[in-house]
Amino acid sequence: MADRWLHRLLWLSAMLAALVLGGIVVLLIGRTAPFIAQQGMDLLARQWYPGDGEFGMAAMIAGSLAVAVLALVLAAPLAVALAAWLRYFAPGWLRRPALALFALMAGIPSVVYGLWGLLVLVPWINGWVPPGASWLAGSLVLALMILPLALLVTDAALAQVPPDWLHAGAALALSRVGMLRRVVLPHTAPAIASGVVLQFGRALGETMAVLMVCGNVVQWPGSVFEPVRTLTANIALEMSYAAGDHRIALFASGLLLMLVTMALLALSWRLGRRHHGTA
Amino acid sequence: MVRRDRVATGFGAVLLLAVAMPVVSMVFSIWDQGHDELSLAFLLQDPRQAGQAGGIASLMISTGWILAICLAVAVPVGLGCALYLSEQVPPGSRRERGLGFVLDVLAATPSIVFGLFGYQFLAITLGFGFSLLSGGIALSFMVLPLMIRSAEQALRAVPRAHRQAATALGVTRTGWITRILVPSAAPGIAVGVILSVGRALAETAVLLFTAGYVLRRPDSVMDSGRALSVHIYDMAMNVPGGADRAAATAVVLITALILINVTIRGLIRPSRAGGHA
Repeated sequence: MADRWLHRLLWLSAMLAALVLGGIVVLLIGRTAPFIAQQGMDLLARQWYPGDGEFGMAAMIAGSLAVAVLALVLAAPLAVALAAWLRYFAPGWLRRPALALFALMAGIPSVVYGLWGLLVLVPWINGWVPPGASWLAGSLVLALMILPLALLVTDAALAQVPPDWLHAGAALALSRVGMLRRVVLPHTAPAIASGVVLQFGRALGETMAVLMVCGNVVQWPGSVFEPVRTLTANIALEMSYAAGDHRIALFASGLLLMLVTMALLALSWRLGRRHHGTA
Repeated sequence: MVRRDRVATGFGAVLLLAVAMPVVSMVFSIWDQGHDELSLAFLLQDPRQAGQAGGIASLMISTGWILAICLAVAVPVGLGCALYLSEQVPPGSRRERGLGFVLDVLAATPSIVFGLFGYQFLAITLGFGFSLLSGGIALSFMVLPLMIRSAEQALRAVPRAHRQAATALGVTRTGWITRILVPSAAPGIAVGVILSVGRALAETAVLLFTAGYVLRRPDSVMDSGRALSVHIYDMAMNVPGGADRAAATAVVLITALILINVTIRGLIRPSRAGGHA
């Protein structure tokens, strides 16, 4: 008898978790579907003048992509190189303090990254090419934020390489660099890519740090030194006073973020599964 | 060692320095900017003049409430869901994969989306308004996947022999879960709770339009209250000359997070030793 109640209780809590996701999706679609149907391509073709009923998001979508892509381009090769270096080249005593550093980086709140960007990075870029608050500042801060997790994922992927292969490589007198290029990286590439795609999703969804260092001017990202506004920053900036269609437009950008996140997650799974298949 | 291996070794060291430098810069610049403001009074006084004077006492109280509400939702639901995953669904079944899918999507969902959902569902539809309650519950949605996955891991780590012994002794399912399984997984579950606390403390975007900005000491959970992380953002961006106090608040927040990190490491070690004994 008690067992049945417990069973129901556990089932209920599992359903609650599923309901949160269902609620988010249903709410975002429910609130925005009529608006999206009514606006249609105007959501991409027009400018963003919410006061005049123009809700074109293309420039901010481009801003989000630009900031996240550059962050990924900076962070991903660095993360892979560092993970490989820590495992195959670095002196053994360095591994623990280095991993502790990355754990620390992963735990720092995004708002603190943003504060550092505002206090140090933006003035530094400003001294070089004004105004400082820019696409580049956002990408640099984001790169630092996604680096530790990309590195830990890569490290986990490298740990999956069968030790026999490494022994065989050593027996054939391959250099470590050669072993890495010919054996380790080809074998682990899908798993690494799967992790990197997830980090790209994180970079796209990040709000606070980007909001604090990107300058938030709604414009097409032209040069890395110019300010941009991302979709996430736009929601955070305008939600407090938006009303009517303006508010629904912000929900629509939230829906877009959610859909892109899910698509990236699906891509990450595909890449990850292929890896498991061949291993 | 081959020559190009030596080159690679040196090159990697340069890369590590290139990554460590901004982190060191972060710690030093924030300490440098904020340490003049730090004092006992900063911790014990309420903020005045939009945060330009006074301290952060009321914000720590608000943060504490938000955290307490977040855990009050996330821990029971998370533990229940983890038990469901580890005890009631067969591994590899459709239900397990479905729930795993839900958790993975939730974990990848941008925090600002949780903010939108919390605003619309909790503050408007349920009528909680901008309040500690809205903020805490919205935050609990965000930390749920982390809580569930770490509790699930802890539950699955309990040796199978314990279950066989319990079955042989005719212990009921309820007895097995409440008397044996959960207590023996407790250290691992505690790690999950503390990880969730760390994630919740670090979060800002979820709270912007759920818990709100109000600086006053909250009288009840239905009052709006500002978390430390939101204070850092607001002082840095919206209050002229607020950078010093934003940095001082950041020092307090980071100190709290480091203490949490140390606690986790302390908890993980004895539990491992206990597992082997």
